[in-house]
Amino acid sequence: MDILLQQIINGLVQGSVYALVALGYTMVYGILGLINFAHGEVVMVGAMVALSITQVLAGYALPPMVVLLISLLVASMVCMALGYGIERIAYRPLRNAPRLAPLITAIGVSIVLQNLAMIIWGRAYHAFPPLLPDSPHIIAGAIINEVQIAIILVAVVMMTGLLLLIHRTRLGRAMRAVAENPAIAALMGVNINAVISITFMLGSALAAVAGIMVAANYGIVHYYMGSILGLKAFTAAVLGGIGNLRGAMLGGVLLGLIESLGAGYIGDLSGGFFGSNYQDVFAFFVLIAVLVLRPSGLLGERVAERA
Amino acid sequence: MNILQVRNLKVSYGGIQALKGIDIDIAAGELVALIGSNGAGKTTTLKTLAGLLPAAGEIHYQAESLHTCATHQRVRDGLALVPEGRGLFGRMSVLENLQMGAYCRDDPAGIAQDLERVYALFPRLAERHTQLAGTLSGGEQQMVAIGRALMSRPKLLMLDEPSMGLAPMMVEKIFETICNISAQGIAILLVEQNAKLALEVAQRGYVLECGLITLSGQASMLLDSAEVRRAYLGS
Ligand SMILES: Nc1ncnc2c1ncn2[C@@H]1O[C@H](COP(=O)(O)OP(=O)(O)OP(=O)(O)O)[C@@H](O)[C@H]1O
Ligand SMILES: [Mg+2]
Repeated sequence: MDILLQQIINGLVQGSVYALVALGYTMVYGILGLINFAHGEVVMVGAMVALSITQVLAGYALPPMVVLLISLLVASMVCMALGYGIERIAYRPLRNAPRLAPLITAIGVSIVLQNLAMIIWGRAYHAFPPLLPDSPHIIAGAIINEVQIAIILVAVVMMTGLLLLIHRTRLGRAMRAVAENPAIAALMGVNINAVISITFMLGSALAAVAGIMVAANYGIVHYYMGSILGLKAFTAAVLGGIGNLRGAMLGGVLLGLIESLGAGYIGDLSGGFFGSNYQDVFAFFVLIAVLVLRPSGLLGERVAERA
Repeated sequence: MNILQVRNLKVSYGGIQALKGIDIDIAAGELVALIGSNGAGKTTTLKTLAGLLPAAGEIHYQAESLHTCATHQRVRDGLALVPEGRGLFGRMSVLENLQMGAYCRDDPAGIAQDLERVYALFPRLAERHTQLAGTLSGGEQQMVAIGRALMSRPKLLMLDEPSMGLAPMMVEKIFETICNISAQGIAILLVEQNAKLALEVAQRGYVLECGLITLSGQASMLLDSAEVRRAYLGS
């Protein structure tokens, strides 16, 4: 089996998930200059809601593909409502407050959501049912299964769609306008609050999809799954240059690859001293390295501005 | 009938009162100049009319109170502001900036028509429509700012120091354009440091000092008044 290729495949799969979640951080940061630390919990809620949907639908003998689509739809809608609510309740009243204030409410929202999830779904790990056929394909000695193929494809489609939305549509132009200068955007007739709400809802829908990807890939969900994932996706957004959409995508994929290759080779490199369970360490090495060496990230702000 | 009627407008920043109760009237299609020295409150007046600052007093636009009308709704009703310092979206192209100007409209055919009109008015913008607005020269930026406001099909256009930082040739070109726009029947409220130029093109004028209107009347009368000559025309 080709270990290098296998690690690259694993990295791309994980990176796709990071990228989708990182987009949520970066869109909100771009438009409000604020880090929505509750975003990781939205991912968790997406996975949990999908779990409940599969449980509810289990008795109806529907084809797995239909169950998957319904879960995706319902989880996205719940998460969009959640994203909308988070902004309305936790951030909008603090729009003109010192920057530390919304950061604190973000952490508060995060804790509230985790605890609510714990109350609703319990503390246990839940098995997420396989919804796609588990038939591994072997490519050049590496294994990739249907779920992993689907994750990469769906991520590519969603990211392409998002880029088109932001750069080619009237709504996307309004979002960029608000990100650049909210007062001037309002002078153009843009309803700033509506655009901010839509931004949160879009990011949350991506988070819901990412949550289901994680659930399907590992077959396990639990109420705490959002924190570490959220932190890593945030790292990916910072790596790419927070506020920059392409940066979030690049950062996500790179972080996935770094982790995967790191975990694959750390044993050899350290003479067996460290094992692949040190995987999580890489993300935070990356975060520290970026903050020290290139705080603006790989694709951060390089546009000449004379206006 | 007046398109704009302002009564006893008061605006404060924190504890400091920047406008202390001013009255302004603009008739439909009229070109009115608002002049005054630095810090008099000119920008504050325009921002307040556009809905960017909370204020006390009455603003009636097209016979309706703007009291509860949000900023983004005012431009839909034809009240447009070219802000001080132009306020372009520097990371967007010239074309995208112009499209943002038409954001409040949903008549694609009319928008396309107005885009052609703006390009005819400023051929330079047609040449540079893909360039990022942030990389344009000051004069080109002012063209985009005015063009963008025109894209909203305004009924009342407010301009905040359109000549600021421009070479004399460019100032002339911009003022020519302002007269042009005025000739199309669009009402204009023009704020200018260059009082002479502003009063020469305007029909009426207001002089603002420390948040109060101290003088108002026909532009030609203001040009001749000893006070204005001493304070703003340097003679
Ligand atoms: N954001 C603000 N916070 C506090 N005070 C302000 C603010 N903006 C303006 N002011 C004050 O309000 C007064 C009027 O300012 P304004 O910008 O309206 O003047 P202006 O007539 O446009 O001047 P200029 O010709 O220099 O542009 C000034 O004393 C200014 O210092
Ligand atoms: Mg000013």
